[in-house]
Amino acid sequence: MIKRFTVMLLLAGLGAIFAGLIQNYVPDEELNLTAAYYAAHTAKDIGAANIVTAIIVTYRGLDTLGEVTVLFLTAAIIGLVLSQGNRQQQQPQRKLPPPGELLVTGTRLLLPLILLFGAYVFTHGHLTPGGGFQGGAIIASAMLLLLLSNPLKRFSHRLITVVESASGLAFVIIGLLGMVWAGGFLDNRILSTGTFGELFSAGAIPIIYALVGLKVGAEFSSMLVSLSETEEL
Amino acid sequence: MTLSIGMGLLLSVAMVVSAIMAIHGRRSLGISILAAGLASLLASVMFLLLAAPDVAMTEAAIGSGLTTFLFFFVLGRVRRGEHD
Repeated sequence: MIKRFTVMLLLAGLGAIFAGLIQNYVPDEELNLTAAYYAAHTAKDIGAANIVTAIIVTYRGLDTLGEVTVLFLTAAIIGLVLSQGNRQQQQPQRKLPPPGELLVTGTRLLLPLILLFGAYVFTHGHLTPGGGFQGGAIIASAMLLLLLSNPLKRFSHRLITVVESASGLAFVIIGLLGMVWAGGFLDNRILSTGTFGELFSAGAIPIIYALVGLKVGAEFSSMLVSLSETEEL
Repeated sequence: MTLSIGMGLLLSVAMVVSAIMAIHGRRSLGISILAAGLASLLASVMFLLLAAPDVAMTEAAIGSGLTTFLFFFVLGRVRRGEHD
């Protein structure tokens, strides 16, 4: 009884706080100082049609590097923890129920389309909404679909690791090249910014986002593969 | 303006309903997982209405796609263990 009363009290308090916030909310008439700078200078300096991408990859590129690192650490720790007891026995002793016809046929049809869409999302990150993280997650969900339709499928850990580390390394190298040839770390103007709105424009942003997409996709896939392989215990 | 406010209200009510369904779905865990995915999907539509398509895409890909798949994957695992 007291527990329920406390929960109700908490909810009422939260409601009161949010009501106060909504009551005092006035939409901004104009952009604040930083946002106005980004909106005015992105097209000219960076050449990306999607301002969000310009901020994520170039203006705040270091934060993106940090995010990718956090994701990498998570994938590495999951791999470490789940591979601990995994080496003793390898033979799958359990008879698995076969996956449904619908799932198998649907996977065969959808998998290439999903992979293509993921690649589209991260190569067009500077033009349309989306980018490396979204594209990587879409690619990883294609991998998960593959695992769902065939639970005994084995992926090459070596390939995943190579893709992951190579793209991470290339990302940092491109960032360092920006210090040598352009204004600073992760400056995208090491390549020409090209024509505004075209696929090969905005300097290094498409390359960086493709690398981030591959890296994120490989990291998510390695987590899923580690999770699926623990079952043979 | 009124239309977008109305749609926002409708979406928030639907989100709350599906969240409650996800918590109280005693009949089957599958329905709970689907309801949680639906809440994420509605959240991503909400982000789209608020003019944040990048966030909407992340939410749709990770929140409603990957997480729902992963929950079903784990659910299948757990079910298989029960029968042994």
